[in-house]
Amino acid sequence: MDYFLQQLINGLTLGAVYGLIAIGYTMVYGIIGMINFAHGEIYMIGAFVTVISFVVLGLTGLNQTAFILMIVLLSSIAITSLYGWTVERVAYRPLRHSPRLAPLISAIGMSVFLQNYVQLLQGARVKTMQPVLQGGFTLSVNGDNFAVTISYLQIIIMLLTTLLMITVTILIHRTPLGRAQRACEQDKTMAALVGVNVDRTISTTFVIGAALAAIAGFMVTMYYGVADFFMGFLAGMKAFTAAVLGGIGSLPGAMFGGLLIGLIESFWAGYVNAQYKDVAVFAILMLVLMIRPNGLFGRPEIEKV
Amino acid sequence: MVSARLKDALITALIAAVLALPLAGARTIDGVNGLTVEWHVVDVAVAAALIFLGRLSIGLIIDGLAAYIAPLALIFGVVAAYMPMPSPFLKTVAVIGGFSIAGRAAFEILRRRFRSTHHPGHWITSFAGITLKSEGILKNLTAVSLLLFVFMLVFPFTPLSTRYSMDVAIMVLTYVVLAWGLNITVGFAGLLDLGYVAFYALGAYSYALLAQSIGIGFWTALPVAGIIAAIAGFLLGFPVLRLRGDYFAIVTLGFGEIVRLVLTNWTTLTNGPNGISGIPRPTLFGLEFARDASEGRKAFHEFFGIAFDPMQRVMFLYYIILTLAFVVGVFSVRLRRLPIGRAWEAFREDEIACAALGINRTRIKLAAYSLGAMVAGLAGAFFAARQGFISPESFTFQESATILAIVILGGVGNPLGIVLAAVFIIGLPELFRELEQYRMLAFGAGMMLIMVWRPGGLMAVREPTVRLRAIENKV
Repeated sequence: MDYFLQQLINGLTLGAVYGLIAIGYTMVYGIIGMINFAHGEIYMIGAFVTVISFVVLGLTGLNQTAFILMIVLLSSIAITSLYGWTVERVAYRPLRHSPRLAPLISAIGMSVFLQNYVQLLQGARVKTMQPVLQGGFTLSVNGDNFAVTISYLQIIIMLLTTLLMITVTILIHRTPLGRAQRACEQDKTMAALVGVNVDRTISTTFVIGAALAAIAGFMVTMYYGVADFFMGFLAGMKAFTAAVLGGIGSLPGAMFGGLLIGLIESFWAGYVNAQYKDVAVFAILMLVLMIRPNGLFGRPEIEKV
Repeated sequence: MVSARLKDALITALIAAVLALPLAGARTIDGVNGLTVEWHVVDVAVAAALIFLGRLSIGLIIDGLAAYIAPLALIFGVVAAYMPMPSPFLKTVAVIGGFSIAGRAAFEILRRRFRSTHHPGHWITSFAGITLKSEGILKNLTAVSLLLFVFMLVFPFTPLSTRYSMDVAIMVLTYVVLAWGLNITVGFAGLLDLGYVAFYALGAYSYALLAQSIGIGFWTALPVAGIIAAIAGFLLGFPVLRLRGDYFAIVTLGFGEIVRLVLTNWTTLTNGPNGISGIPRPTLFGLEFARDASEGRKAFHEFFGIAFDPMQRVMFLYYIILTLAFVVGVFSVRLRRLPIGRAWEAFREDEIACAALGINRTRIKLAAYSLGAMVAGLAGAFFAARQGFISPESFTFQESATILAIVILGGVGNPLGIVLAAVFIIGLPELFRELEQYRMLAFGAGMMLIMVWRPGGLMAVREPTVRLRAIENKV
């Protein structure tokens, strides 16, 4: 039971991160109907900016941890969002009206480019950081030296994710920006006719997705203390799986899918076989797409001529 | 006009500087006490300045100031070659950038001149003074392909052939075969397969494992590997081909990763990340290519009574892959003219109209997918036989992306373009080793830019295979 509880805590933490990345996939898919294959790399860049700004701030000799964390988070969000905006501008906007596969290929190109760009500049080796926040609560101690713990970081990750989820939901359902986004999702031409700036709305969607990915990258770097240029591929695939599982285009679906994938991965690693946890996730992706392509919360898509 | 261009260039450069500042300006390196930073702010400033100049000149060329930009860019390119720069990469960018902008400006000048005075037709044709007929192109393509094949046939006997150039040629040909196989799936049927390398891996491991367990030879294993890969393609294709294009792409990507992960983790069968070594080499009717033949076998040089030379084996491998390439090439070109090829074409252009014509979509997709897989399986068996050693390292997503880049660069559906693209993508970085580390970077940028400029692929020939001749002749 204790072991189960510990895996549950770890799985929820992991799932929160996947959920945040998955929102980026689901929002972009909802609005322009394309898989933003480079989104995993955006998350990787978020993690790298976090590492870099930590090291730079560490060199200045600042001491207030909370202050440093704030600056690091904000700079990571700012720069990663700009990356998200640029990616859309360079690789996707010119292809807005092309056949479906052209933007996907362009996105794959962007993803390969960003991976190698970071590898060339920052090196191929794993970047390891000193843990910043340590400690946590011990929930229960068992006879055979197994303690269920929840660290401060895990609490922060879960709280921050919940807060962000609420914010994004309000943003989509209650603000003019969200209304514009929903309008573009339904019909871009009609939205433009009633005065919605479609290009700007799509750009904003990418920026929001990138900002959330940056926060996810920040949290993962804090949590595991490592970053490398290839981390975006697997995390991106898992988050995409989460988005598909929840029903691509659906916001609560992405979060729920993220949590589910995090839990499956954690329990699979804990109870079945740690080596095949990634295989399990990919198998779920394939099964969901084959059996229920609209996911758990998605709407069926109508084929139009 | 100029001030607007200035503003635009300034904003672009500023954005680029902000993007590059953390990742390129502050490089994290391992220090004594954990990570530390190595500053490269000058690099970022120079890069931003270059971007500013480039963006400005392209804007001004469009505004009709090409005549001023052309000499300036040319001078800049020459000066940059002798100017001190913070890194060789930036220097290369500056020089190549200067010359290509000069080229772009010259192009614009010519274009304007010829468009205004001469024929009203398409400017390239009027500029070169030639008229191209699509029928003619197709005939020329056949001639060019034949010429190329004859050249490849005699290549090992020309002075160009060294041990090294032969190795590169074998590698390029392997990729040509792979890309032609993927071209059946992506180019003909328009199904984006991102896990193509899985079938390549299946072919390679089929041969390696069959040779180790029951000791079958290369020539028996070659068709077996092809069939195993085709069956795998069929089995995977059956459930996933109902999916829409982009979902299909993602599922194939997942399949590719699953195959790689299973190969890495199923250590009892595949020896995991350490790979399988000692895979037997191909033989010529039982003759081995080795200094000393194994028990009960004869070596090639003993049989013919000539001196042993390691080049004999390389040449033999070269001819195997050349034959394989020839067969696959002819097969895929003929395939296009079969009813199934036409069905693929119709499917690629419009899926719903194709279904409305009564074509069974699942069946033709399945055919394209398993045929592509079969070719990858054949190439995989050859790869295993050539290397003598395989490990999951060789079958990553990067490999799939490389093959896809060849198909896209070659013009989706264009077999001859694919050959050129394979030479360009595989051969060139082999010859210029220092470019190796920039290879994947260039692939990524190339894939993206080609899609943005020409979504149909570079050098794309979308020749209809059927024509209404009677009507054309009347007109």
